[in-house]
Amino acid sequence: MAVLVVADHDNVALKDNTHKTVTAALALSSEVDVLVAGQSVDGVATQAARITGVRKVLSAESDALGKQIAEAMSGAVMPLMASYDAVLVPATSVGKNFAPRIAALLDVAPISEIIEVVDAGTFVRPIYAGNALETVNSADAKKVITVRATAFKAAEETGSAPIEAVDPGPGAPRTRFVADEIVKSDRPELAAAKIVVSGGRAMGSAEEFHRVIEPLADKLGAAVGASRAAVDAGYAPNDYQVGQTGKVVAPQLYIAIGISGAIQHLAGMKDSKVIVAINKDADAPIFQVADYGLVADYKAAVPDLMEALTAAGL
Amino acid sequence: MRAQGFISLARTTYGDEQAVRPMKILVPVKRVIDYNVKARVKSDQSGVDLANVKMSMNPFCEIAVEEAIRIKEKGGATEIVAVSIGPIQAQETIRTALAMGADRGLLIQTDADPEPLEVAKLLKAVALAEEPGLILMGKQAIDGDNNAVGQMLSALLDWPQATFASKIELDGAVVRVTREVDGGLQTLELDLPAVVTADLRLNEPRYASLPNIMKAKKKTIDIKTVDDFGGLAAGHLKVARVTEPPKRVAGVKVENAADLVAKLKTEAGVL
Ligand SMILES: Cc1cc2nc3c(=O)[nH]c(=O)nc-3n(C[C@H](O)[C@H](O)[C@H](O)COP(=O)(O)OP(=O)(O)OC[C@H]3O[C@@H](n4cnc5c(N)ncnc54)[C@H](O)[C@@H]3O)c2cc1C
Ligand SMILES: Nc1ncnc2c1ncn2[C@@H]1O[C@H](COP(=O)(O)O)[C@@H](O)[C@H]1O
Repeated sequence: MAVLVVADHDNVALKDNTHKTVTAALALSSEVDVLVAGQSVDGVATQAARITGVRKVLSAESDALGKQIAEAMSGAVMPLMASYDAVLVPATSVGKNFAPRIAALLDVAPISEIIEVVDAGTFVRPIYAGNALETVNSADAKKVITVRATAFKAAEETGSAPIEAVDPGPGAPRTRFVADEIVKSDRPELAAAKIVVSGGRAMGSAEEFHRVIEPLADKLGAAVGASRAAVDAGYAPNDYQVGQTGKVVAPQLYIAIGISGAIQHLAGMKDSKVIVAINKDADAPIFQVADYGLVADYKAAVPDLMEALTAAGL
Repeated sequence: MRAQGFISLARTTYGDEQAVRPMKILVPVKRVIDYNVKARVKSDQSGVDLANVKMSMNPFCEIAVEEAIRIKEKGGATEIVAVSIGPIQAQETIRTALAMGADRGLLIQTDADPEPLEVAKLLKAVALAEEPGLILMGKQAIDGDNNAVGQMLSALLDWPQATFASKIELDGAVVRVTREVDGGLQTLELDLPAVVTADLRLNEPRYASLPNIMKAKKKTIDIKTVDDFGGLAAGHLKVARVTEPPKRVAGVKVENAADLVAKLKTEAGVL
């Protein structure tokens, strides 16, 4: 059985989600190849070739692939599927965007956001905002799967697979790229960070969010997250949203400040190793999942926390 | 002046034929567990217990309906058709869309809980019959959390796709869509007809007013079978079991920030 993994990258660097998806793929088969689809991706392909366990790297380049437009991505993968029994894609906004297309075109059922490979045809995936786990068995000859990367360990980089150029496919003739608004940040990436500090509606304004959440995150070398309420109100950008319909994170430490703990928020962070909640309402549902709860007004608690961290030599 | 604007905006050219037709928007809506209800797994692990549970329109579908209505209110569409595939009770979901402002409903009645692939195939058949200029739908149904049908429908129809929309601008024969992506926002321009899926921040759906709820009772809902739209194939996936996720137990309350830092350092070892 041969498995294709589609790499997560930004044309410059390969992302860790790829290494984690390779681990999921290796649980299906030892014949795992990686496709790097983008624009000017020599460097990304070279890095992908180092992932332990990868047999070969395929590289496809075009303008539309450089923008990872869904129609172009599925168009590049489809002809390759003649040689593969499964394609595994990290469940990022890019992966979720094109993977179901491949399933439709192959006339198979997509399997979304798996968190476990039971055997080559059986997978576990969360449903109902993570309030239930579904074990599904697929009868399809070819499998199209997106992978929740936080559920898998990253494969190492000890390999040296060959790299081969492949046809980039037809592009996206009726879809045109207009603009990107990508905010570059020096902080670690939310989905891959070891520590995440998130703020909620309690912040009350964007200024307060910056003033309270960001210095704490920077002190801890953490990524910044937010609840939907905080994003909707404009306190934080959309890509900070953690939850059922935002990003799923599973850091070593998740600190929720002024977040009530709605099921949709919990769906995105309850697999964190250690959860800390700071909330002035002792009955807030977030305390039901928190390892350490501090019932306090954040306005006093966060400055105290900064001080205590400094005192502890951090 | 206003009437004129209405007519010119409501006209859309289709593909190569350059024919001018009124623009219809098709909105697929799904009946799901209400988002405020916590799903409970059945003790025999056969699924989630939906008996006596409040059901509502999937929140993302509501956002799609709202957007279609706003487009129509601005003169960008002539008709909004809400379609649902599901049990007879899904009529209520369609009725909600009609009360918000959709014009007509279509229920493809089935008690089988069709997979995204089958839903996409049925919706394709509906699209070919209705010939909408735009299909506006939810990005994800909050029961199965598949996030798949829109993308699959786009692929099957070979129409352009834009998922996770936070802004939609119709402009003649194209639509510009701003999408919420992992690093921020991306804007794409698609030729119509196209498939667009709604994200949370596209709009805030209205509540239906009482007069509109009354009016909606008179709007038509056609009830059809799956066989009217090509039938339903056997499912590709077998659910072996549905289980509860591992439970997190509530931890301890700490006294103050110093106590917290001490515990994170020594007990939890995460600092
Ligand atoms: C379809 C759908 C999808 C959704 N997806 C997501 C998602 O992906 N992610 C997500 O987060 N939400 C999501 N939601 C929204 C979710 O249901 C909640 O509305 C949201 O998470 C609430 O955000 P919050 O906790 O910041 O706000 P609130 O629930 O208002 O909580 C604010 C908290 O701050 C506390 N507080 C107030 N002042 C202070 C103070 N001075 N000091 C300390 N504490 C204070 C309060 O006690 C309260 O607990 C979704 C909803 C729907 C319908
Ligand atoms: N049974 C259904 N009837 C109508 N529309 C549906 C149905 N299932 C899914 N959809 C549409 O597809 C979107 C995405 O659903 P999903 O891919 O299942 O997460 C939903 O928001 C609906 O717009």
